[in-house]
Amino acid sequence: MNYLGRRLVRAVLLLVGVSALCFLFTEMAPGSFFDEMRLNPQISPETIAALRSHYGLDQPPLVRYGRWMKSAIHADLGYSIAYNTPVAPLLWRRAKNTLLLTTTALLLTWIISVPLGVWAANRRGGLLDKAINVTSSFLVSVPELVIAVALLAIVVRWRFLRVGGMMSADFEGLSTWAKLQDIIVHLALPAIILVLSETAVIVRHVRAGVLEVLGAPYVQAARGFGLGRTRLLCRHVLPVAANPAISLLGFSLAGLLSGSLLVEVVCGWPGLGPLILEATLSRDLYLVIGGIMFSALFMVGGNLVADVLLLASDPRIRKEATDAH
Amino acid sequence: MRTKTAIMVAVLAGLHVVLMFAGFFAPYDPTTQDRDLPYAPPTRLHFKDSSGFHLRPFVYAWTSVLGGDQPDSSQESSQESYKEDRSHEYPIRLFVSGPSYKLLGIYETSAHLFGVAEPGKVLLFGTDGYGRDELSRVLFGGQISVSAGITATIIALLAGSILGIIAGYYGRWIDESLMGLTELFLSLPWLYFLLGVRAFLPLHLSTIRTFFLLTGVIGLIGWARPARLVRGVVLSSRNRNYVLAARGFGGSDFYLLRRHILPETFGVLLTQAALLVPRYIAAEVTLSFFGLGVNEPVPSWGNMLSTLQQYSVLVSYGWLLAPACALVITSVIYSSLADVFHSRLKSYST
Repeated sequence: MNYLGRRLVRAVLLLVGVSALCFLFTEMAPGSFFDEMRLNPQISPETIAALRSHYGLDQPPLVRYGRWMKSAIHADLGYSIAYNTPVAPLLWRRAKNTLLLTTTALLLTWIISVPLGVWAANRRGGLLDKAINVTSSFLVSVPELVIAVALLAIVVRWRFLRVGGMMSADFEGLSTWAKLQDIIVHLALPAIILVLSETAVIVRHVRAGVLEVLGAPYVQAARGFGLGRTRLLCRHVLPVAANPAISLLGFSLAGLLSGSLLVEVVCGWPGLGPLILEATLSRDLYLVIGGIMFSALFMVGGNLVADVLLLASDPRIRKEATDAH
Repeated sequence: MRTKTAIMVAVLAGLHVVLMFAGFFAPYDPTTQDRDLPYAPPTRLHFKDSSGFHLRPFVYAWTSVLGGDQPDSSQESSQESYKEDRSHEYPIRLFVSGPSYKLLGIYETSAHLFGVAEPGKVLLFGTDGYGRDELSRVLFGGQISVSAGITATIIALLAGSILGIIAGYYGRWIDESLMGLTELFLSLPWLYFLLGVRAFLPLHLSTIRTFFLLTGVIGLIGWARPARLVRGVVLSSRNRNYVLAARGFGGSDFYLLRRHILPETFGVLLTQAALLVPRYIAAEVTLSFFGLGVNEPVPSWGNMLSTLQQYSVLVSYGWLLAPACALVITSVIYSSLADVFHSRLKSYST
């Protein structure tokens, strides 16, 4: 089996493992969606029992897991009790917004942090390097929640970006260009928050990676042959330093997804975050599991993209892949 | 480098002592409400009055400008809702007796570090929407948030090191299955995971039970990374010559682990601890911010910040960001300590 095939199998196994873990947790959970109803004297215990059996909650966990698997294969991911619809379409509508936010943030983060990191490493000990070092180590240690709340306070006070939701009230009447502008204005704040906290992490990794390659004997040899700084950097250092950076791409997605949940709730961006939070508060079991599965799916997808990129950039992996045949 | 580390450790220790004895350093009870003073701004300290300069600072009482009725929290800017009542000065005194509290949860006392005579109030960080003293709430809330972070870290490190040692020492299928499990835990965005696990647990509980539930959940999600690191250390030290020699002399597994392998993991564990504590404090704060953690009236930095979800409050009452500042300070100190530990660890191993 080739490299990408192995990765794909691993990804699927991982998703199955995550779902099994979720069901394990539901089994250990003492409460359920119907707890609130049980407190209501107007609803008889028989009604609740009927509802429970209607949603299949009275079945043993393995049966429930089997049923859920079946519905997952049909792309339903179970049934939301609170919304009374299959989970997957419900999540997908929100997931598109989360994807928009996270991919924007991901792209911006890398566009900003790769040049900064390379520059800082190239001019090690310089003014910019020191400035980047201090700022990033501060931003890394500040919790995302605080960054979000602080930026939100600034933006709300001076009113220069739109906060809350994804579109203005008159969105439908706008021209295509104005629609795009409207979304960008709403997207800016959550994206900036995510980029700020994530760039701090990535810059440090990129810088460390480039520094490591710069210290390698072959780079010093190349320098000894009299290669110019730019040529050395572009031709000999960056292609090698790209490898760990690309594997970092998958990991940075994890940080972004966690961050986006928080930022979405704080800024009112209609992504997965608010939906999952609501489902958690109302104990809508399958919706929560579906949300976790979606986030795991994004992660796995991101890691697969990183794998493809690695295959394209690293000749060693290509060789390993062809040798395996 | 040495002195810098020492200063950081001292500051951190000081912070923890202040939080531990929050009752003494806080002038008021964190849950006592004062309906006449909602969203009162921080009291200003004065040194000069009409009779000249005083070495001992004094404060004036806030009076509501709007007269008898409640100041409207959503419309009015607070600077306009309160003004200082200059008719009476309240000098700040040290070691006064105030509302009684239990020191460390055992010793009942009413001694406070500072305070003013009764009708006056010294509100250094202002008050929240119920007129509760924000400074006292930050201190007591810190007690909850920071100890939640530390407890969760202990749980994560304990679980992680036990499983990591088992995986690294016994190897084979145990190792493979445990490491597969860590991959599962690491592959999920932690906040989704945290919310998911929280969803399956009861929402409204007593504070103590919520606290242990939260720390348990946070810690049990976080065991994977320490487990991997510990496993790596164990794996590399298991076949060192001195360990093999000790085994040759008939040392039991337990002896080898305790005497030769466990000490090797301490550096990694210490670094992880300094790294995880601020992260888990933030996790508790985030959950409480969402309303899934410690519930009112008990303060925690998270549920204090959650009032800021209303934009009007966020804009008008800047002093309510105090818990966020406390959180930032704590996190920054902890993570710079983690950096120091990390660089030491690296210089040891090379």
